Amino acid sequence: MTEPLISALGIDQSFPVGAGFLGGPRRRLHALRGVDVTVAPGETLGLVGESGCGKSTLARVLLGLEPPTAGSVIFDGTDLARLPAVSLRRLRRRFQVVFQDPAASLNPRMTAAECIAEPLINLTDLSTAEIDARVLALAASVGLGSHLLDRFPHELSGGQCQRVGLARAIAPEPDLIVADEPVSALDVSIQAQILNLMLEIKARMGLAMVFISHDLSVVAHVADRVAVMYLGRIVESGPAEEVFARPRHPYTRMLIGSVPHPRPPPEGGRPLPKGELPSPLNPPPGCAFHSRCPLADNRCLREVPQLLPEVARHRTACHRVAEDATEGA
Amino acid sequence: MAAPNSPPQTVAAARTRRRPFLESLAHLRRDPTTVVSAAILVLFILIAIFAPLIAGDPTALNPIRRLGPPAPDAWLGTDQLGRDVYARAVYGTRVSLIVGGAVAVLAAIPGVAIGIYASMNRVGGAIVMRLVDALMAIPAVLLAIALAALLKPGLPTLIIAISIPEIPRMVRLVRSVALSVTAQPYVTAAIAAGSSRSRLVFRHILPNTLAPVIVQATYAAASAIIASAILSFLGVGTSPEVPSWGGMMADARGFFRFNPELMFYPGLLLSVLLLVTNILGDRLSDALDPRKVTQKMP
Amino acid sequence: MTNDSDPILDVAGLSVRFGARTERVQALDDVDIQVRRGEILALVGESGCGKSVTAMAILGLLPKRTARIDARRITLGGTDLHGASDRSLRRIRGNRIGMIFQDPMTSLNPVHTVGGQIAEIVRQHRGVDRRTARSRALEMLDLVRIPDARGRRDAYPHELSGGMRQRVMIAMALACDPDLLIADEPTTALDVTVQAQIMALIADLRRDLGMSVLLITHDLGVVAETADRLSVMYAGRIVEEGTVGTVFSRPSHGYTAGLLGSLPAEGKRRQSRLAEIPGAVPRLSDPAPACAFADRCAYVTADCRAGVPPVVHPGPGHRCRCIRPDAVYADLSQSDIVRAWQ
Repeated sequence: MTEPLISALGIDQSFPVGAGFLGGPRRRLHALRGVDVTVAPGETLGLVGESGCGKSTLARVLLGLEPPTAGSVIFDGTDLARLPAVSLRRLRRRFQVVFQDPAASLNPRMTAAECIAEPLINLTDLSTAEIDARVLALAASVGLGSHLLDRFPHELSGGQCQRVGLARAIAPEPDLIVADEPVSALDVSIQAQILNLMLEIKARMGLAMVFISHDLSVVAHVADRVAVMYLGRIVESGPAEEVFARPRHPYTRMLIGSVPHPRPPPEGGRPLPKGELPSPLNPPPGCAFHSRCPLADNRCLREVPQLLPEVARHRTACHRVAEDATEGA
Repeated sequence: MAAPNSPPQTVAAARTRRRPFLESLAHLRRDPTTVVSAAILVLFILIAIFAPLIAGDPTALNPIRRLGPPAPDAWLGTDQLGRDVYARAVYGTRVSLIVGGAVAVLAAIPGVAIGIYASMNRVGGAIVMRLVDALMAIPAVLLAIALAALLKPGLPTLIIAISIPEIPRMVRLVRSVALSVTAQPYVTAAIAAGSSRSRLVFRHILPNTLAPVIVQATYAAASAIIASAILSFLGVGTSPEVPSWGGMMADARGFFRFNPELMFYPGLLLSVLLLVTNILGDRLSDALDPRKVTQKMP
Repeated sequence: MTNDSDPILDVAGLSVRFGARTERVQALDDVDIQVRRGEILALVGESGCGKSVTAMAILGLLPKRTARIDARRITLGGTDLHGASDRSLRRIRGNRIGMIFQDPMTSLNPVHTVGGQIAEIVRQHRGVDRRTARSRALEMLDLVRIPDARGRRDAYPHELSGGMRQRVMIAMALACDPDLLIADEPTTALDVTVQAQIMALIADLRRDLGMSVLLITHDLGVVAETADRLSVMYAGRIVEEGTVGTVFSRPSHGYTAGLLGSLPAEGKRRQSRLAEIPGAVPRLSDPAPACAFADRCAYVTADCRAGVPPVVHPGPGHRCRCIRPDAVYADLSQSDIVRAWQ
């Protein structure tokens, strides 16, 4: 196996929430618990899960934007947590980010060209003229007309803003792009444009990508591997084709079963998901999914299931799946 | 919408820097309210500068003509010491403008610096904010009176005394705005794009924090003009010889029954100046938000 | 079940124009919508296409000062809404038309209990006493399957999850037995598992109560699973309309075809290029003198820009504003989704 480009090992992340002083004891929100992910060079990892599952927090940890409470993020052999601020800043050239809200991720007082130039100014030694030339080339490579370069973000459409965001991300020629819901805020007819553009850029530059989305069909389309998250833990991971075709974890099955398809609905309808996401502040003990799981038994109420060893590169954290596997063997 | 790449532009044209603020100002020139307010403010400034050319000596006493009616050499009559009310009103503009302008600047600069610091530094910020809370618990005029009593009386003292209570308000405002700006995705994006701390502050956070600062600064200017009038009225402001609107109103207090116009003239000027200051502040802050004014569409 | 001759909501020739001195916006142009008794009609389109304006115009909620509304007919079960006074519209809203919106949190009053808010609506429109209204609130919370309805009746909106809040909104909307429920993107803000639950609830309520629903959405998956008929809207015009089965099995407008083609649905090769609709959603200014989709359409000819395309009928009950419906269909007839419907 190739060396991973980035690996996060045993990541815990928790935040204090609520008022401390006079407002009762401060509680901690455990956004991530013992999360391991790796991304190989050139690979796209899809992260899926519902709101509050911790996927955006994981993105911020991977990008070194917030240090995790425990665990370490290692990018190409370098532990981000041990890096002095200046070196971390220099290393940022190699991993970039694309956000969900295309307009809000651009400084409202900077033109499209200035936004795209930002990482070049910060992270390279290029001269002003060289930067200008690069900005023009980058704009062309994301299909942004050069007449749009002196526009402010509010003078651009959502799709155009996201093109600016992409141009900014690829400007310093990174090895990895973390894209946090990059098409969720866009209109249906624009989503396909941006997805095509991202796939094209990825193929051309040989980028690795962490692609976060709540939209399973989008992730199924772009990802090589997926990790499914539930309340701060990865519950299933594996090759995208395999996970979507043969989901093992009951949560993954529920998630896939909930996506409405533009196809004739099956006779008698689909099984309805049970219950709602528990508060991340107060997750159920044992397997956090047991409150909604059709298979839950006593063991699930007590013991937190660990990710099982790989079966065909496919891992699941579920007691019941594990039992089936041993029985089958 | 066809987006043909327009014929090879010059490289420099790609990054023509647009100045949202200047574009907005150009836009504001078409708003009659703004134009009239600005004209009035300019008029006040001209009056203050050219006071000696348009009015006589505001301090010359003429005991024989106490509380006199309007006359060719005293268009608005004379006060209880026989001084020319018109000349005093004209020269009083100087104190008001200087105090207003100076306080706006003296409150804004440290206020912005401390506010931004407090928004970026968790521990230091907490300490600063508790100090600010403590300072805000003291009534502003009381603090000003205490400072005025402590220091040598005069215009600089007056300005410092009024500025200090304005700073905490500015700090609070700047900190809260800067915190919400910092939470915006574009600031995270700037960090991810490798911006240094100073670039983050000066290019991304500060420019997007300024709009409310401008409004607050004009309010500070307006309230400073009032405060200087109050302090003069209370007798702890500028010395009695220096003509100021507040001083004039304080003096007129005793004669209000029979000579209300002595109170009316400086009061009217004060009201007009405050009004145009507030209007301009509002419009300027709108001008600072590029989303509100500039619009360049296909 | 459905009755063609007697639509519960009948909108014909609805045009809405927002006019400022400098900028005019033609938000809707000659829109016809019929919701029949007991059916779910989906109004499909992207942001800014005019779907929400349509709902607001039906409800009489557009600002009178800036919006100019013209219509041949807006009627609800025979009652004229277009010429109705503000007072009678107020009596109709919430009473004969229930409404739910995308974000349940902002539509609920945070300082009142959810039960109190439902009871308030009942009291306002039905003039019943406090106790009757309160028990009606409980009945409604049960109807929308809120577990422990009695306990939740006295909960405040912030104490409920997003899904539960949307259920409360539905309970409020249905509290006065409306003739029509207008649901504007009811699940867009919700997670996918909760979305499935809410859409199933709406479908069940329609079945049990015989309710009519105008469902505004951008999600073709939701349409396929829940709606009976759909109207596709683009740039303020209805471009295609018919039962879900006919439209999905024989898409005849370039925009509908583009939407179906651009979905990253299963069956397409992973990481393959998606068929994209080029360009961006047009800004609405004066009514386009031609097909508004012409600039983005894969099937465009010179004739498309010659005038607004007339309505054609590719099949029974299937209407479409396109001059080349057969070319569109011929291209899509082998697509995975279309074949699934045939």
